[in-house]
Amino acid sequence: MNVVVCVKQIPDPADPGALNADHTLKRDGKLILDESDSYGVEMALQLVDKAGDGEVTLVSMAPNGEVSGLRTALAMGAAKAILVSDDALKGAGALDTAKVLAAAIGRVEGADLILAATESSDGYTGTVPEQIAAILDLPSITFAKSVEIADGTVKVQRQTEAGYDECESPLPALVSVTAGVVEPRYPSFKGIMAAKSKPVDTVTVADLGIDSALVGWAGAGQEIVAVDAAPEREAGEVIEDDGEAHLKIVEFLDGLKVL
Amino acid sequence: MALSKVWVHAELTPEGNLAPISLEILAKAREIADTVEVFTGSDGSAVAATAGAHGATKVLATGDLSGKLQGVHVAAALAAAIEAGDAPDLILAGTTYDGRDIAGRLSVKLDKPVLTNNVDIDVTDGIVVTTPIFGGTQLVKTKFAAGAPAIALFRPKSFVAEESGGGAAEVTTIAVPDTGAAGAAKMIDRHVEETTGPKLDEAAVVVAGGRGLGEASKFELIEDLAKSLKGAPGASRAIVDAGWVPYSYQVGQTGKVVKPTVYIAAGISGATQHMVGMKGSKNIIAINKDPEAPIFGVADLGIVGDVHKVLPKLLEALQAR
Ligand SMILES: Cc1cc2nc3c(=O)[nH]c(=O)nc-3n(C[C@H](O)[C@H](O)[C@H](O)COP(=O)(O)OP(=O)(O)OC[C@H]3O[C@@H](n4cnc5c(N)ncnc54)[C@H](O)[C@@H]3O)c2cc1C
Ligand SMILES: Cc1cc2nc3c(=O)[nH]c(=O)nc-3n(C[C@H](O)[C@H](O)[C@H](O)COP(=O)(O)OP(=O)(O)OC[C@H]3O[C@@H](n4cnc5c(N)ncnc54)[C@H](O)[C@@H]3O)c2cc1C
Repeated sequence: MNVVVCVKQIPDPADPGALNADHTLKRDGKLILDESDSYGVEMALQLVDKAGDGEVTLVSMAPNGEVSGLRTALAMGAAKAILVSDDALKGAGALDTAKVLAAAIGRVEGADLILAATESSDGYTGTVPEQIAAILDLPSITFAKSVEIADGTVKVQRQTEAGYDECESPLPALVSVTAGVVEPRYPSFKGIMAAKSKPVDTVTVADLGIDSALVGWAGAGQEIVAVDAAPEREAGEVIEDDGEAHLKIVEFLDGLKVL
Repeated sequence: MALSKVWVHAELTPEGNLAPISLEILAKAREIADTVEVFTGSDGSAVAATAGAHGATKVLATGDLSGKLQGVHVAAALAAAIEAGDAPDLILAGTTYDGRDIAGRLSVKLDKPVLTNNVDIDVTDGIVVTTPIFGGTQLVKTKFAAGAPAIALFRPKSFVAEESGGGAAEVTTIAVPDTGAAGAAKMIDRHVEETTGPKLDEAAVVVAGGRGLGEASKFELIEDLAKSLKGAPGASRAIVDAGWVPYSYQVGQTGKVVKPTVYIAAGISGATQHMVGMKGSKNIIAINKDPEAPIFGVADLGIVGDVHKVLPKLLEALQAR
């Protein structure tokens, strides 16, 4: 059982986000493993463990040869990683990203399953996994809240608006997982040490056989025309509870005629 | 400049009706295009009347897809129709489970980008969508520059649904070509969770609880309060992740967008990712023991106090009426 996990490396979501002058997201500080992808990594490790053979390979696209987030996932137990890093990818949209990741996944031999998160924490378009499946012409099941493998079939509970659907697909397939699908492990000290010497294959767009004129700003097919501050909501009255504040709430609700 | 033709995803509720998100998007589609048609991964007859009443003239229907997944099959049918010469200027859907799958697959087939999580669209000078970023503090306007058809997904509650009084839309079949290996995933069974009371994203009153409740059992206060106000209970992600309540309760960036008449936030700090899902509420009441909590910045009525004191008294006062 060989599993490939897409892992995005992102600016720490705890820091306030900022845009560059060209409207791309500032990614020049240290990047970390997107927490959303820690679930996919954990899921992959558990599936390979259960199968008793195979390994977990990571693929990531990030600027400046960034590997911090990859090292975290390697420390959790993944065997190796492919990183696509190329200045030509600045301004890449979701479709370009999917093209690049699909080409990188194509370099992994004998992949049975590809995992991604349902949506990243910084861009959260939630379209990249399905786009990767379409490019690789693979079946896919998105928004998985549980994943099991049996007899060459992946069985998934797919989250829906009203509950969940029980779905299954033959392998190879792509599955996108929701937060909470499994409890991600913390890397052990031993894992962190071992991760330092695990192989990370850093490649460029040209290495993947993709024309750099078709990705990044050049290929995005979208143009940011303005970024404005959103109208702010005015704060109203704030009172200290003196033991009678609930009456103030009742009065407020009464005024709105919702009682 | 109005567009000449727009396609809107007719998404179905578990009961088989046209979903609110589709009605909302139809209202906007009518405003920006001469011809509005809907597409559906079903036989289409169940939605023809409602789609027509909301301005669509045609229902492009794949026919029954039960047992199959929507994304790959609906996208294949749309791509084939477009290839046959029936291309719209713009394809719209909700940022929903199936909406994203269809758009993702279609974008690859057409080699066009998808712009996601939008809240508005303008077509006066090209097709320009508005997307909130950084928790809704900034709005980005992005123009499609890849030629027709453009594909755009909208957050729920971006527009207000309104009937236009049209007659039933005409149902036409769009054939689903062979999807090969990519179409091999199956849907075996559907589980619909029992719910009582109004739905979170449709309720006039939402009472939401956060980590400030202290422990899972205290969420009962939120549920009782919601019930006495004929509203729906909601939650911050902190207590969904902690397993106190199911994910379907979550309000925010990765949860539901709500715009009730009144939103009551109890023991919720007001993280940007939470506020992006509730800032559009008509009235906001916040109860938090920390006077510096960011939630007070958007509250019409803020109570600096302990939820364990304020909520029981409020419940008692409401029940006494
Ligand atoms: C606020 C904001 C809004 C944006 N809106 C749009 C938009 O509407 N349309 C558009 O085309 N682009 C958009 N972009 C650009 C888009 O975020 C990037 O192209 C990004 O590289 C991929 O999209 P995502 O993060 O939204 O992926 P998602 O589809 O949300 O990601 C889902 C999963 O795919 C995998 N994945 C995604 N990117 C990578 C990566 N670089 N490396 C490894 N795995 C990855 C991960 O498993 C991830 O969890 C936006 C960016 C920002 C910051
Ligand atoms: C990518 C991403 C997506 C996210 N999506 C979402 C989302 O969709 N929805 C969401 O909600 N969050 C989301 N979050 C998480 C968000 O950042 C916050 O962590 C979360 O909203 C905090 O929940 P909380 O307000 O319940 O908890 P806290 O931030 O811990 O706040 C608890 C509050 O309770 C108050 N309090 C404590 N005790 C009492 C008391 N006795 N009486 C009154 N008040 C009390 C405290 O003063 C504090 O303000 C997301 C985060 C990321 C990174």
